[in-house]
Amino acid sequence: MSPKTLYDKIWDAHVVHEDANGTCLLYIDRHLVHEVTSPQAFEGLRMAGRKVRAPDKTIAVPDHNVPTTAGREDPKNMTEDSAIQVAALDTNAKEFGIHYYPVSDIRQGIVHIVGPEQGWTLPGMTVVCGDSHTATHGAFGALAHGIGTSEVEHVLATQTLIQKKSKNMKVEITGKLRPGVTAKDITLSVIGETGTAGGTGYVIEYCGEAIRDLSMEGRMTVCNMAIEGGARAGLIAPDEKTFEYVRGRPHAPKGAQWEAALAWWKTLYSDDDAHWDKVVTIKGEDIAPVVTWGTSPEDVLPITAAVPAPEDFEGGKVDAARRSLDYMGLEPGQKLTDIEIDTVFIGSCTNGRIEDLRAAAEILKGKKVKDGMRAMVVPGSGLVRAQAEEEGIADIFKQAGFEWRLAGCSMCLAMNPDQLSEGERCASTSNRNFEGRQGYKGRTHLVSPAMAAAAAVTGKLTDVRDLM
Amino acid sequence: MDKFEKLTGIAAPMPLVNIDTDMIIPKVFLKTIKRSGLGVNLFDEMRYDRQGNEIEDFVLNQPQYREAEILVAGDNFGCGSSREHAPWALKDFGIKAVVSTSFADIFYNNCFKNGILPIVLPQDAVDVLMKDAEKGSNARMTVDLEAQTVTTSDGEVFSFEVDSFKKHCLLNGLDDIGLSMEKAGSIDSFEQKAAQARPWV
Repeated sequence: MSPKTLYDKIWDAHVVHEDANGTCLLYIDRHLVHEVTSPQAFEGLRMAGRKVRAPDKTIAVPDHNVPTTAGREDPKNMTEDSAIQVAALDTNAKEFGIHYYPVSDIRQGIVHIVGPEQGWTLPGMTVVCGDSHTATHGAFGALAHGIGTSEVEHVLATQTLIQKKSKNMKVEITGKLRPGVTAKDITLSVIGETGTAGGTGYVIEYCGEAIRDLSMEGRMTVCNMAIEGGARAGLIAPDEKTFEYVRGRPHAPKGAQWEAALAWWKTLYSDDDAHWDKVVTIKGEDIAPVVTWGTSPEDVLPITAAVPAPEDFEGGKVDAARRSLDYMGLEPGQKLTDIEIDTVFIGSCTNGRIEDLRAAAEILKGKKVKDGMRAMVVPGSGLVRAQAEEEGIADIFKQAGFEWRLAGCSMCLAMNPDQLSEGERCASTSNRNFEGRQGYKGRTHLVSPAMAAAAAVTGKLTDVRDLM
Repeated sequence: MDKFEKLTGIAAPMPLVNIDTDMIIPKVFLKTIKRSGLGVNLFDEMRYDRQGNEIEDFVLNQPQYREAEILVAGDNFGCGSSREHAPWALKDFGIKAVVSTSFADIFYNNCFKNGILPIVLPQDAVDVLMKDAEKGSNARMTVDLEAQTVTTSDGEVFSFEVDSFKKHCLLNGLDDIGLSMEKAGSIDSFEQKAAQARPWV
């Protein structure tokens, strides 16, 4: 048998049908659904008189629109259009009989945090969702990627997706990370190296000692941003950490089924002599705590660097950099650590898990948010929130002056009331620094949770190592 | 779905690289439960000021590009969010084809589901087409899907690659859910086998 990558193995186990030209019908094991990209898909089913083929494999949760303040179970406390979308998901979930975590359920949260937390996401699965950050689930060795609404409808109706196979790319992070360097710094540094289109046409497998050393939370952070690197999906081979994380979760297999699953999961790795179409290797020790300076996730620099000049780039990037600097209100040569911040946002499917909150709290312990700043923590799920309260982390945030919010996507994409105002500058643990992403003319610097906490304390972009 | 066969129309130049789907259709317009009516908000934050007045120098506000049906864009067009509202907005505005050196994967797939043809060409070809688009409304470009060519207003022809299945669906306006449902028998037997091999799923 010819050697295979992890991606090859999962792909091969899910091909329902292959056409002569290589177009495949791929079976989907888990379909996650949220309120923004699904209403048109359910409406399409209704109009064609179709059903959801596998309601037991379909899981819905409202996250993008929901307010993160108290009283949100009452639709009157949502904007009218948000309430309509959430109500539509309520209705669709009931009518089509799919699993559902409403706003009032403590298990509600960001779909990519809820899936793993509830044990819906398991190694070797195919997972899709009408959301580009579905890549998150790749941390379990699941082939997971975002799809559009037409494809959501296709999966609802057929439990399959029409796909052509991507190429294989290996991203290896060798050796150990230095103190103060986190999973977020790894994933941003990879994008800084390969660019936002560097992964286009590929599925990435992240490997190497620095990846193995990460917790499951950290691995989810790394895979989450595979999409910012342009890749269809990011993967990490499952290991004992993965199995330990999954074991005992509500929808994880039990008893004899657990043993059978484990036996298969242990075969899910890339064979030694598997073929890679592209390989990127980065030394863990070369990665620093990083920030973004521009309006593309590839605009990444170590915190010790200075704002670049448009002339430092080539081709179309020269004009793009000029536009970014203008939008961000920055001057070439300005030290990154001199950039003053108005707001700090900790949360999102990239960094809204318990470990992220712990890392930020570690920096904040006994310190205060700088006067005049707005600082907000939005846990990724109701269960993350409850755990943080139990561990005393919530108190650290509150005593430091952070707002302690309810779970949702919040200011990562600012579809709910959590938004930046014009010109407001934010150190954010989210995944996109696009123009207007966190609010009209808002300015975003992407950072790790520890770096966000450091910025909250000093009021500037800050090298977290100075506070450790 | 609308068919796409052959189109001769005005092409608008958008040389900016990394035009993301947040730019194409900002999130405030995602709170709809319909697919239609998004064209007026296409490129909203680039196209209008805060008071809703048109920003004169934005390409689609210029008189010669108001009826554009083709976009010639910088590298990595459609990156970011998976929102299909981006192709819905393009379509609703009247854009039927987009040319670039590369597209983000999800956006690329979303286009084909909505009768829009995304065309990938090498940098030097896109440079020529960008120059042609900059000539304005008198310069009409032709996109021929059957022949897989783009022809400039001067008659220079560039050939492009497209997946044969996607081409077939677009040429015939086929609904791929219907096509996949014809394979229900294969899906049934896959599910039966998978239930044996991986009963925990």
